[in-house]
Amino acid sequence: MKIPTTSKKELLELYNKMLLIRRFEEKAGQLYGMGHIGGFCHLYIGQEAVVVGIESIKKTGDQNITSYRDHGHMLACGMDPKMVMAELTGRSTGYSKGKGGSMHMFSKSEGFYGGHGIVGAQVPIGAGIAFANKYKNNGNVCFTYFGEGAANQGQVYETFNMASLWSLPVVFVIENNQYAMGTSIVRASSTEEMFARGVAFNIPGKAVNGMDVLEVSKEASNAAEHCRSGKGPFILEMKTYRYRGHSMSDPAKYRTREEVQKIREEKDPIDTLRSLLIEKYKISEKEFKTIDGEIKAIVTESSDFALNSPEPNIEELWTDIYAD
Amino acid sequence: MKTEILMPSLSPTMEEGSLAKWYVSPGDKVKPGDIIADIETDKALMEYESIEEGTILDLLVEEGTENIKVNSLIAIIETEGSEGIEQKKDIDLNQNEPALFDKSDQTSQVKTEANVISRVDDKEKNHQELNENSSTKQLTVREAINSAIAEEMKLDENVFLMGEEVGEYQGAYKVSQGLLEEFGSNRVIDTPITEHGFTGLAVGAAFSGIRPIVEFMTFNFAMQALDQIVNSAAKTNYMSGGQINCPIVFRGPNGAAARVAAQHSQDFASLYASIPGLKVIQPFSAEDTKGLLKAAIRENNPVVFLENEILYGKSFPVNISDDQVIPIGKAKTVSIGKDVTIISYGIGMLHTLEANIKLKELGISAEVIDLRTIRPIDFETIIESVKKTNRCVTVEESFPVCSIGSYVGSQIMIKAFDYLDAPVLNCTGKDVPMPYAENLEKAALTSPDEIISAVKKVLYKN
Ligand SMILES: Cc1ncc(C[n+]2csc(CCOP(=O)(O)OP(=O)(O)O)c2C)c(N)n1
Ligand SMILES: [Mg+2]
Repeated sequence: MKIPTTSKKELLELYNKMLLIRRFEEKAGQLYGMGHIGGFCHLYIGQEAVVVGIESIKKTGDQNITSYRDHGHMLACGMDPKMVMAELTGRSTGYSKGKGGSMHMFSKSEGFYGGHGIVGAQVPIGAGIAFANKYKNNGNVCFTYFGEGAANQGQVYETFNMASLWSLPVVFVIENNQYAMGTSIVRASSTEEMFARGVAFNIPGKAVNGMDVLEVSKEASNAAEHCRSGKGPFILEMKTYRYRGHSMSDPAKYRTREEVQKIREEKDPIDTLRSLLIEKYKISEKEFKTIDGEIKAIVTESSDFALNSPEPNIEELWTDIYAD
Repeated sequence: MKTEILMPSLSPTMEEGSLAKWYVSPGDKVKPGDIIADIETDKALMEYESIEEGTILDLLVEEGTENIKVNSLIAIIETEGSEGIEQKKDIDLNQNEPALFDKSDQTSQVKTEANVISRVDDKEKNHQELNENSSTKQLTVREAINSAIAEEMKLDENVFLMGEEVGEYQGAYKVSQGLLEEFGSNRVIDTPITEHGFTGLAVGAAFSGIRPIVEFMTFNFAMQALDQIVNSAAKTNYMSGGQINCPIVFRGPNGAAARVAAQHSQDFASLYASIPGLKVIQPFSAEDTKGLLKAAIRENNPVVFLENEILYGKSFPVNISDDQVIPIGKAKTVSIGKDVTIISYGIGMLHTLEANIKLKELGISAEVIDLRTIRPIDFETIIESVKKTNRCVTVEESFPVCSIGSYVGSQIMIKAFDYLDAPVLNCTGKDVPMPYAENLEKAALTSPDEIISAVKKVLYKN
């Protein structure tokens, strides 16, 4: 397995991926504002280090599964930004042919099992994918992401019990961004220590600074190692923060602007890595500008591709209801 | 390069909003992620972030301006590089459509519906002039629900509301606005996201004689709690030989919303309507919503009260006094006719009333019945009408298989076979999960056009 290192090349890769997610999400927000994206659209801005850190230590064949806040996970696992944007805009060239939309996208070839709109539902499904890994003895781990709000759903604990009982290779990644819609963690949870939620089931857990991509990748690597060695599941509580509203339509009255601003200024995962790159590898302003330009071009290409793609053919209404 | 900043849309149904605050002035430098303005609607506030790097050249609307149309120009930024061109292209795509959702079907529905409702208004107004003692006011469905809950909570201190985001957030769809302030946190209770748990807990509370109103953020999430609704709430009175009843209301939006796809856009009416022990209501107008919700809260049995997100903001004249209750299980004949009976409920009524305008123009006289309650169904009203018109079309949004319409059709066949001059036809949603793409979503829903062609078919007209 790959131990996370901090070579210049690797750090720049992490930086690029986080920046791509941020710029892509900003673009998605803009396209939503213009009416090209409809329904619900949950942006991942602020949380980029979590998925980018974890993806950096994934082994070929490992899977991931998450909630509706899924665009970042798709980009991080190597899915094509063009096809992601096309799905967001409901076009035939999208990952689900325009039938799934923002909350429901999948790529079996990249091991991405969605994209789930029902809070908590992906947790037992993720354990099921891990069950199949064990059944097939393929040495793979399933990273199962869910929010701290979802962590109160009953099926999460039914899953913890089975995952531990059967030593399933699943890493439960709780993305604790402090809020579930307008409800802060203290208003919905009897205990705030998400990493300790597995104690009763004998599942070890760890709280991680989810705004630091290097810490994320180190802890994810340890957790995956634990799973692969047959010791069963592991819980990672990623302490993170979402900058934007829950979805595009959000009254934003449950927290102060100062709270958001403070985290953006002091803890931003991209700025933090940027400072490290400057300090450690003396990356110049000009080099960063070049990266910015490259990322912008990818994002622009994705939205052009999406907006120039046709809507699905009307016959698609009746396809894919059943497998052949 | 000059880049235009446009008024954004914050939700699928937003057409305009206000510019609450500018955070920048001409000459200020901005970079991606910088907040430039606060945009506000009645439902939401959004910090509008720049996705450009550059200098603000001009702000074109003043702070505090209201009713700014989505996609209208609000500011200009001087940017470097090609971003400006790209943005321009986006603008071009929209040039002919200044109001964002003009082109979406959801809104064309809503637009025509505005006409429909104003016609309903006229009719109700005439009705009201005859009825001097009642007072008419204009209420949205959202306000109707809110006031029904508030009035019943005032009358009976055993009534309480629980659900996700009902309190401090004022309701995910702003239905419970102000209730926490009025009744306090002992009676307006924010729950964790644990539908199965809090539903079971509420059923237990109802067994002990207090009266919960359980709000599901949408009925899609009540799937998590289906077991407690069906196996505990609906059946315990029977299983206990009448000792333990369950006075509880399960309510929230049901049916298709706009562009939220298969897991968030589906109609469960017929599913609940098949369960003995439940009563099931799906109202259309604000008046029926209010009167029936009050009845549901006073009911000594579990009631599934199905609302509709798209109807929340619709305004109707309400003709009843504050304490008036509409009995569960009674349909309403909305329009009297002789050629065909159209039976619908919930948002299906919107399509039906719109179709009926065109049917009148075609010289077809339809009798329109709003079921309002779908368990138990008022077959007396239905059969009486069908005996007169000899033809029937049903309209609903749910899936066609085992729909309310298919059951109504079979009952008409049993109870009025000799009166029928044509088979009963059902207009429903399509037999597919709800797709996301705009064109497919439209095709998945029933429409006034489908109703009109079904009516023509039962009349053997072309
Ligand atoms: C079963 C269910 N209940 C409620 C909802 C509505 N809902 C969508 S997201 C959300 C908040 C989830 O918060 P969290 O798990 O912390 O994830 P985050 O949005 O912060 O990423 C809620 C209540 C839903 N989609 N599914
Ligand atoms: Mg959260």
